[in-house]
Order: sequence, then C-alpha cells, then structure tokens
Amino acid sequence: MCTVCGCDGDGAKLDAGDAKSAHAHEQAHAHHHDHRHANAPAGAPGALDFGAGEAGASLPGVADGDLVDIERRLLSKNDEIAAANRARFEADGVVAINLMSSPGAGKTTLLVETINALRDEFPIAVIEGDQQTSNDAARIRETGVPAVQVNTGKGCHLDAEMVRDAYAALPQSAGGFLFIENVGNLVCPASFDLGEARRAVLASVTEGEDKPLKYPDMFASANLLVVTKTDLLPHLRFDVEALVANARRVRPNLDYVSASVEAAPGLGYWLAWLRSEAGARREAAE
Amino acid sequence: MHELALARSVVKIVEDEAAARAVAGVKKIVLEIGALSCVDPRALEFSFDAVASGTIAAGASLEIETPPGQARCFSCEAEVEIAARGAACPECGSHQLFVIGGDDMVVRSLEVH
Repeated sequence: MCTVCGCDGDGAKLDAGDAKSAHAHEQAHAHHHDHRHANAPAGAPGALDFGAGEAGASLPGVADGDLVDIERRLLSKNDEIAAANRARFEADGVVAINLMSSPGAGKTTLLVETINALRDEFPIAVIEGDQQTSNDAARIRETGVPAVQVNTGKGCHLDAEMVRDAYAALPQSAGGFLFIENVGNLVCPASFDLGEARRAVLASVTEGEDKPLKYPDMFASANLLVVTKTDLLPHLRFDVEALVANARRVRPNLDYVSASVEAAPGLGYWLAWLRSEAGARREAAE
Repeated sequence: MHELALARSVVKIVEDEAAARAVAGVKKIVLEIGALSCVDPRALEFSFDAVASGTIAAGASLEIETPPGQARCFSCEAEVEIAARGAACPECGSHQLFVIGGDDMVVRSLEVH
C-alpha cells in the first residue's frame, strides 16, 4: 500500500448497473475478456476489473552489458490511452469534463443539479469514480441519465483505461457532455490524463482558502475553478478572493465560477461555462 | 500520492525492456523525477521495493535524478528555477509563472547484466 495515501492500482471494477439498457451490460461484459484480471469480485454482475497495472510496448532489443537508454515516461501507457479517449470523444462529438475535488466538496450534488438544468438541452452521460459503492451512480441514474460506476478498489484515482472501458458501456451522448466524476482526492487524480476536454476543480467554501497552495498539482492542472457552496458564505469566515488568488499562484489566469445549489447565486455561471464549452466544440467541428 | 501505481509502471517498463533485450538481470534503474512532478521520491523507492519483489527488477538500485523546476515568468519574461509550484519569480516577485520543465517522470536508463 502507498505510504502516503494508501492507494493501490489493484481491484478496480466497473458497474454499469442493470441501467437503462441491456446494451450497456453486454458491452461491459463483452469487453471483460480483453482485460487482465486481478481480484475480480466474484459474481458481481456487469463488473470489470482493472488492476494488473500497465502494459507497455517493447522497444527493439540491443545491447546487454552496461547502461541502456530507455527514456520512457512513467505515465506513457496511461497517456496513450488518454489520447485515444480524447480522439474518440472528439469523433463522437462529446465534451468530456473531468470533475475533481476533495471528498465532500459537492461534486455529485453539482452534477445532479447540472443534469437537471441541462438534460433537455444536451445529451448527458456520467462516469462515477469511487473506491467503493455505487451510491453516486445510483444518484445520477435517478435523474434519468445513464451512469457507469467505476470502483477503484484501493486505487485513489481514475485512469485512462478505466474511463475507456466505462465509456464503452455507456450509450452515445453525441453533441452533449460526458461528465467524469473522479475519486474525491486532491492529489492523485491530478497526474492521470483521462482524455477529458476540460478539468474542473471544485473547492467548497467550507474548506481552507489555502487548498491550492497545499495541493498545487491539482490546481495547476485545472482549466476551471468552481467555488461551491457559496450560499454558505454569510455564515463563514471565508475569503473567495484569497482562494482564487492562491489558485492563480499555481495556475496564472485560471478562470473561476461560483456555484451554489440551495440559494443564490445558483449555477448560472457554471452552466454558462459549460454551454460555452459545448459551443466551442461545435464551432471547432464545423 | 500514487507512488505505488507509478512504481508498478517502472517495474512494467523494466520488465518490457529486459524481455525485449533478453537481459539476465537489472542492476540499476535511473529515473528522472522532476522537482515539480507530483512524486515523493522516498515513497516511490519504498513502493518500488515492494512491487519489484519477484520480478527481474528485484534487487535493482534506484538512482533518482531530480531536475529543478523551471518556469517562465509572464511579468518579467525571465526563465527561472523554482523549488515548488506557487513560488514567486526570483527576479521580479510575480506569481505569473508558467512551468516549462522539471515536472516530468521518466525511466531514463537501465544498467543490465
């Protein structure tokens, strides 16, 4: 187990649920045999296990003897799959948004309310990442949009392979959004490109303004900072400007929006950002 | 963070290379872990020992090179070295720094026998 956060690559599984379509289940199942197995939870229907780590391509052989140059990036395998995911999303006309934050910042709630606001406007599909349980995917499915739950087991982040397989188990959402809710964690998910178009990092006003300085890699990788639960501000000593200033120390010019679901300002800024991303994709495609 | 997953990546890369070159063993693995990459070298070494066991990488020593973080300052346009993300520009004090190097994680070379 990892000395720092206890992460472990083994044991990820995928639950497409009995959701929406037999299609999703079939695909998840058919895909199953393309993959290496480790710790497959016995009898879990529609489950895929990942684990076993990363396969790599081999370079042609040369010398034995002394020093052999390799120059291979540690994340090269993940990044190759992420690039393929990105090409696939673009070809399918899907805007993929990777949502990241610490646990409890409000990713799932934001997602549910976003779906309620946008589902008549855009097709939407969701990939939910958590170490255990299918609770979040169940919450998403209650809104009527398809969701696949990826359980990472002891893993602390989603990787590109998990997203590839989860996406294959979802119906098409061409012209719309694929929301990927990463494992709640401000550290590990930062390093793993999933093939998303944009990364949105949530920080709630019940956290500290210095989160971006404590967890700089996450904020440095973000395309948008979403400040959540801002309807609580009257009850808190929290300085949004300080949070944004700290985030911009690690990611200059980072855009931010405020979002709240219980009272003003609501989700207007966030929804406007999403619509502009969808519009930009449409223009790029034309 | 995810040092264990990254250590597995190192072992997998070493296994692939060793198989492709039909080498008998690996004495040393040279890694480049940039100062701004999100890896704790000590946690990586600890994880490596755990996951290398039973593979051709078992017993190999890890040599970790840590190139410094490099950034370009948008305020004064200098290219500077920084110790951490969020640091100020050593030339002008601005925080408008864009990282341009020292954030990579690479298996550079193997010493084989």
